[in-house]
Amino acid sequence: MLDPSTSAIAANRFGLGARPGDLAAIGADGHDWLRAQLKGAPPVLAGAELRSSTEILAQGLKLRREFQEAKKSEARASSDAGATQKGDLEKVGQYLKPIYVSEVIARFQEATATERPFVERVTQFWANHFAVSIDKQFLAGLAGSFEREAIRPRVLGSFSELLLAVESHPAMLLYLDNHLSVGPNSLAAQRGERRQAQRRIGINENLAREIMELHTLGVGGGYTQTDVTAFAEVLTGWSIGDDRGRFAGGVPGQFMFRSELHEPGAQGVLNTRYADTGIGQGIAVLRDLARQQATARFIATKLVRHFVADDPPAAVVGRVAGAFTASEGDLPTVYRALFEASESWLQPLSKFKTPSDYIVSAYRGLSLPVEAGKGPLLPFELLGQRTWAPGSPAGWPDRGADWDGASALIKRIEWADAVGARVGSRRDAAQLAPQLLGANLSDATRTAVARAASAAQALTLLVASPEFMRR
Amino acid sequence: MARMRRRDFLNLTAMAAGGAFLTARVAFGNVSGRKARLVVVIMRGALDGLAAVPPYADSDYAGLRREVALRAAGAPGGALPLNGFFGLHPSLAFMQQCYAARELTVFHAVASPYRDRSHFDGQDVLESGSTRAHASQTGWLNRALAQIPDRRSGELGVALGQNVPLLMRGPAGVTSWSPSKMPALDEDTLARITDLYAGDKLLSARLADALQADAIAAEDAARSPPSTMVATADTKMEAPAANLKAPLPQAYNARYAEITHAAAGFLRQDDGPKVAVFDTTGWDTHANEGGAEGQLAGRLGALDTGLATLKQELGPAWTDTAVLLVTEFGRTAAVNGTRGTDHGTGAAAFLLGGAVAGGRVVADWPGLSSRALYQGRDLAPTLDLRCVFKGVLEEHLGVPARALDASVFPDSAAAKPLRGLIRS
Repeated sequence: MLDPSTSAIAANRFGLGARPGDLAAIGADGHDWLRAQLKGAPPVLAGAELRSSTEILAQGLKLRREFQEAKKSEARASSDAGATQKGDLEKVGQYLKPIYVSEVIARFQEATATERPFVERVTQFWANHFAVSIDKQFLAGLAGSFEREAIRPRVLGSFSELLLAVESHPAMLLYLDNHLSVGPNSLAAQRGERRQAQRRIGINENLAREIMELHTLGVGGGYTQTDVTAFAEVLTGWSIGDDRGRFAGGVPGQFMFRSELHEPGAQGVLNTRYADTGIGQGIAVLRDLARQQATARFIATKLVRHFVADDPPAAVVGRVAGAFTASEGDLPTVYRALFEASESWLQPLSKFKTPSDYIVSAYRGLSLPVEAGKGPLLPFELLGQRTWAPGSPAGWPDRGADWDGASALIKRIEWADAVGARVGSRRDAAQLAPQLLGANLSDATRTAVARAASAAQALTLLVASPEFMRR
Repeated sequence: MARMRRRDFLNLTAMAAGGAFLTARVAFGNVSGRKARLVVVIMRGALDGLAAVPPYADSDYAGLRREVALRAAGAPGGALPLNGFFGLHPSLAFMQQCYAARELTVFHAVASPYRDRSHFDGQDVLESGSTRAHASQTGWLNRALAQIPDRRSGELGVALGQNVPLLMRGPAGVTSWSPSKMPALDEDTLARITDLYAGDKLLSARLADALQADAIAAEDAARSPPSTMVATADTKMEAPAANLKAPLPQAYNARYAEITHAAAGFLRQDDGPKVAVFDTTGWDTHANEGGAEGQLAGRLGALDTGLATLKQELGPAWTDTAVLLVTEFGRTAAVNGTRGTDHGTGAAAFLLGGAVAGGRVVADWPGLSSRALYQGRDLAPTLDLRCVFKGVLEEHLGVPARALDASVFPDSAAAKPLRGLIRS
């Protein structure tokens, strides 16, 4: 006999929060509900306002160039170049902002409406694993298309294909500074040193380090500084097309391998020798990184922490890592190992929701519409988790202590209060509570909701309740 | 003024009078005379110490830094003078004034025990006070607060932000505070939520902390309306405006002005928290770092302005204040191929404030020759940051020496407290 809380755990922990009727539809066995979601291609986000990253970046590069040229001529013509510079920078920002808004809205709408919330949750998991952050130039315009193009289509495929797509996407190359990394003995370096002795030509090791540390092996995964440097040289040439400027060539805004930036020669990474096959050298290293035991372990630990508990039970991590290795990183196999482990269902409410989880689950639970415009972005800002703005390539943290601060809690309560006031008598909290929380609904919450002074306050108490804060 | 507070002062007073749950927690009037205040600023992302505190007289410096090298003090656009060998980045004008007033000590070639190059593990070691990453779920500053003899009823520390960083997590009572844009909760709803959380240890404690921090902030705002924050309504507490090439210094300015204003509000009060902590970001300058002007210059300038605001707003309490600025590690000695610097080792740190016995650079300078560099690439660390932390905790906050070597910084007996950092 399955625990009656199974459907509540399935919907709230593995999904994005129950909607009215979901728990009944899931029935007694949450496993089947999860397994069914793995069938078929992942949902794609479409919409006239969602443009390709190539198009977004090409136009952004063009705008920036116009601004730089205007600045130069202004500086010649006027002494007040500072004011112009600020105005034109704002123009680039104004161009990117509506793109960001459309992308956030599309993602939020998918999260509230999807019938395959597990797939959406793993999509968000991978987007956070391969985090980019909008506080770097162009990323406000690219974070959404990066997720749609590189991540979303591959979350039910293999880890190595996902990894390759991510590391060759312009958003990641820009975010981790690889597009201008130059091999010290490359053709471009030889040309540059003749021209400009003052300027140092060389690599930028940011992408190489973060791939090893954050995307694959994990820190302590057995790589050294020598491996980082060698891998950075392997990745020289992984760049972005542009029609003008220092490295003109390729399709503007699109990934391109620039052989003139690539460091010639074989490289040794993690005790393996990689012959110089141009772009193939980097692909070979990435494929090998995806196969490492340390990678399996690192990914398994993060998944189990995300879904099961802040301190991931070792047995589940072991099983998920084993599935990763045995299946050569076949992600549906990995997910099944995760949710088929009985430990994954033992502790109810072991995870404190992130602000994003909290907001999405409230929207789903109360059937709130995600309207167009900037309004739906506000709760994420107020509660401290602006979409795609983790501020670091490590992504948002995933432990309760990172999110349960006193000030964070009072903001959730204030937001719950505002939501209650907005919805008022259009929803019946007493009727909703068991539908959203199932067996996890406590007597204290049930009583508080029943005794509330108004329909609005009852909703506030439901959304602010301890069990709604967790999953 | 309304922005500063979650509910207005009259409302708060009414609540305190009517709700026993609040009166128990708001204990004003327990004035204890002068108290030491400590502000810790975590500079996440690895501040480039060789740019913030350029050793311009080191003969290897200009060659390593090439186009981002800062010129000597006295040269146009050059470093601000410290001691003839080191200077301060030209954006750090307020800090230079502090130095001249003997209220700033600069530490160079410092490092925590961490010797690899991951930001996240580096920050973990910096904050936990352990010798290796992920060894502790609590932070050294919290464990130090737990050792302070004169425990009062209120919280000892406040994190300016929604959540508490690892540095401040642990057994001692701390809270977090950030301004709210949302309307106030009414008294009845708040009372019902307090009841609803009664059976939940974590949430009931957090809610109590939040209400106490609010009460202090409201009390402060009633006494001294914010002076410098008028134009920041749309940018508060969010990450500074994204998307633009150079980060907009104005956005950083607004955020720091707001945080330092709030920090000062808590610390000014004799019965408020002794310790305030906040995060700063944007120091991970892998590309286009800039020199006297540019990306890093803008961020340093914003921070410098924020510190000046802090001094101004602390008023007389500045005399009893020490501000510690630390980062997880330094950056490569040489500029990289994209006019930036990669993750390194030896870093710079700063201690400033009216309580500081300053006007000096503390550095056992290892030099920048290729032989002197750590692993041939980074400034070699010659001073353990824990020596600085211990000195400040002992002299400024009165943390017993025994506790420093045992619970605050485990396995650290070899790292002796640096004495004489605080005015006697």
